[in-house]
Amino acid sequence: MKLFKFFFVLVFTLNFFSITFAEKNDQLEIKISKNLRCLICQGQSIYDSQSDFAVSMKLLINKKIEQGLSEKEIYELLKDKYGEWIVYDTGFNKNTFILWGLPVLLFFLGGAIILKKLVFRKD
Amino acid sequence: MKNKILIILLVFFLSFCFFVLFKSLESSSIYVPEKKEDRQLAEFVSEDLFTKKKIISSEIFHGSDYYILNIWASWCAPCREEHPQLMELSKNSSIKLIGLNYKDDPKKAKKFLEKFGNPFSIIVADKNGTLSIEFGGYGIPETFLINKDKKIIKTFIGNLSDESVKQINSIVK
Repeated sequence: MKLFKFFFVLVFTLNFFSITFAEKNDQLEIKISKNLRCLICQGQSIYDSQSDFAVSMKLLINKKIEQGLSEKEIYELLKDKYGEWIVYDTGFNKNTFILWGLPVLLFFLGGAIILKKLVFRKD
Repeated sequence: MKNKILIILLVFFLSFCFFVLFKSLESSSIYVPEKKEDRQLAEFVSEDLFTKKKIISSEIFHGSDYYILNIWASWCAPCREEHPQLMELSKNSSIKLIGLNYKDDPKKAKKFLEKFGNPFSIIVADKNGTLSIEFGGYGIPETFLINKDKKIIKTFIGNLSDESVKQINSIVK
């Protein structure tokens, strides 16, 4: 009876961990596939597209997660094959610094203009 | 005076918008992946399409100066169109032709090769399409010219033409 109880607890615990692990992987797969563009159905993400390419890409992402690659490593791998365009959320680099920097610059410029106007009004 | 400056600025801004939009009308919005030269070939493990024997990439990319990896399938119409070009390339002894059969039925693939000829020295099965993504392919047909250092030196997206064959032969010689 004791042995039976021990095996019951062991199987239950192992199942619990495997389900939690699988769920975590699924969530990561969804997150990555939502951030990748489909090269066939351009305008759709890999997650939304049902093209052959997107279906295979989802399988590959799953395979890479199981191999232990991190989210960043998967993006780097795909960027190396298909270019920066494949990811929606591009990183900060020499090609995208205007894209990321201009809104911040405009924000501060706008703020400065408003501040100046307010100060002048007070005077 | 202030109004004049505002009008000039407005005209300048509208002209700029018109120019940008007009230019973007001319350019294609369809993205084609950049063809990176000298990209290292991904290592892989798969199986032979017909014998189902395990294949390791290091075993097949061995013993030749140049390799051509062609992604094809029996259901792909452009693959039929480019088949004569592949048959032509198979006559070149400096090149080893490797086929990557994409999401295909082996029986239909066999019939296809019996009908049109088999230019490949080995055919790797890509049952779920993940292998072609490992190579950086995104559609079929697609052809990669690989050197003996296992680097992709040229990529041909779409079917091969006579011009592509000339280009490959001039590189290989």
